Amino acid sequence: MGADQSPKIVIVDESPIRAAILEEGLREAGFTAVEHIREMQSLLARIYALDPDVILIDLENPSRDVLEQMFQVSRAVRRPIAMFVDQSDAASIQASVDAGVSAYIVDGLKKERIKPILDLCISRFNAFSKLQDELDRAKSALEDRKVIDRAKGILMKVKGLTEEEAYVLLRSTAMREKKKIGEIAQSILTASELLK
Amino acid sequence: MSTPLHIGFIPLVDAAALIVAVDKGFTAAEGLDVTLVREVSWSNVRDKLNIGLFDAAHLLAPVAIASSLGLGHVKVPITAPFNLGLNGNAISVSPALHAALMAEIDGDPFDPMATALALARVVAARRKSGAEPLTFGMTFPFSTHNYQLRFWMAAGAVDPDEDVRLVVLPPPYMVDSLRNGHVDGFCVGAPWNSIAVDLGIGRILHFASDILISAVEKVLAVRQDWSERNPDVVAALVRAHIRAAEFIEQPQNRAEAARILAQPERIGVDADVIQRTLDGRLKIAPDGTIRTSCRYLLVGREGAARPDPAQAAWLYAQMIRWGQTAFSPEALNAAKAVFRPDLYDAGLGVGRKSEPTSPSAVGAFAGPAFDPDDIAGHLAAFKIGRRHP
Repeated sequence: MGADQSPKIVIVDESPIRAAILEEGLREAGFTAVEHIREMQSLLARIYALDPDVILIDLENPSRDVLEQMFQVSRAVRRPIAMFVDQSDAASIQASVDAGVSAYIVDGLKKERIKPILDLCISRFNAFSKLQDELDRAKSALEDRKVIDRAKGILMKVKGLTEEEAYVLLRSTAMREKKKIGEIAQSILTASELLK
Repeated sequence: MSTPLHIGFIPLVDAAALIVAVDKGFTAAEGLDVTLVREVSWSNVRDKLNIGLFDAAHLLAPVAIASSLGLGHVKVPITAPFNLGLNGNAISVSPALHAALMAEIDGDPFDPMATALALARVVAARRKSGAEPLTFGMTFPFSTHNYQLRFWMAAGAVDPDEDVRLVVLPPPYMVDSLRNGHVDGFCVGAPWNSIAVDLGIGRILHFASDILISAVEKVLAVRQDWSERNPDVVAALVRAHIRAAEFIEQPQNRAEAARILAQPERIGVDADVIQRTLDGRLKIAPDGTIRTSCRYLLVGREGAARPDPAQAAWLYAQMIRWGQTAFSPEALNAAKAVFRPDLYDAGLGVGRKSEPTSPSAVGAFAGPAFDPDDIAGHLAAFKIGRRHP
């Protein structure tokens, strides 16, 4: 790799969305040689064929252990080093573990060239998990609303309440029992299933 | 006040003592507030232990040694005060390879020398016909699985680096890889061999105890510096684990232990499969053939939990034999010092003597008895290897 050439980066990730987010970020930052491996079969053969300078892999991927084979001395390939080998930068290691990403860097690539790749990787991984959290929260909020609507319907029918009275009853019960309204609503649905 | 600890593990049956120690409340009784963290790779377990996210971990015994010596990765000295298990692995092969081996075998199918020689004939026939070399999966470069497969093959004059392909496969991918023909066999721990058999796509060829009668498999690992700063916590951990191992080894407790291990957030497979492993009663073929062995997996009985530096020396010798490092007397001593019978004994407490380990390390089916003080003699006894010049 020449000094001014963009290092070849391989992203190993089974999540196509996260890989796309990361790839886009890397390209925007001027790293043009980015490849994504999604299929974990023959992972090592693909990596050897691509011959990357940097390998990025998520920590939830069991195939991290497959990459360990690259460290075996008998292999006649360029030897990568795991990011964790350089313990001088504890903060960066901590940040990447928290974000859930790990990097393998081929020997010889300068530290100052790695740092921006890693930082970008960490921030994109964090952005992705934030997005995932928001999506999960939105999903469960929608679920809750559906359950609450159905519970209100049952209360209105069984107890002859208006919609507002039904909601007030749900809310006051939730407060008294120190539970979420969604949970009280769910138990009403369960009870009404049982009593059918 | 209780001490909070984070302990990492891989969902395998040989994490039994750790999981039971926590879920039966033995660690809590010692004043330890343990959070078990299930992990997906040995690399994660090692790295999180190394950088201090985990206080302790269920770890491959060779990884504890490699980490202490700085082989293949960053050097972080590890201390192992408790063996989580002896043996417990098995070699499974596809029905096709099994049939090929049985067509060539001259002797008892459970005799590893007979199967290794049969493998050599199958390998030779494949080479002659221009077929692809056989591929075997194992779990990690620094793993007992790797060394057990290599030891077995090499005894039959099959060179594991020249005559076949050995590939690292995460245990959850082993079964699929056997099904789709990506590998012809593998060496892995429980429950994965049984799962391959239950699915009808694999046959257990050998229990690892056929190859080595007594081989340490996983250890409870802590960082050496942490262990020196927290001797009381280490002793409390060892005590809780000794109780757990004793609980598991009582036959009347096996069903309960299997239920605890089967929980979805622990190992997450059928309790029945786990109990077969603990009982050493394994279905070895899809037709339902059962094979029993009192040496399949030892969790504490016969002194199995007490670390034995001779075991560390044997593992270190395998690293040299297969070219992962070159011999040095200092490294040998450092490897042996990872295994700490003294810390185990301290946890056991006064007035209790641990059972003597029987038989001693490692009881291999081929080659001379292992002498931890003569690594050169051990290596000289084997023709095939990748030793550094």
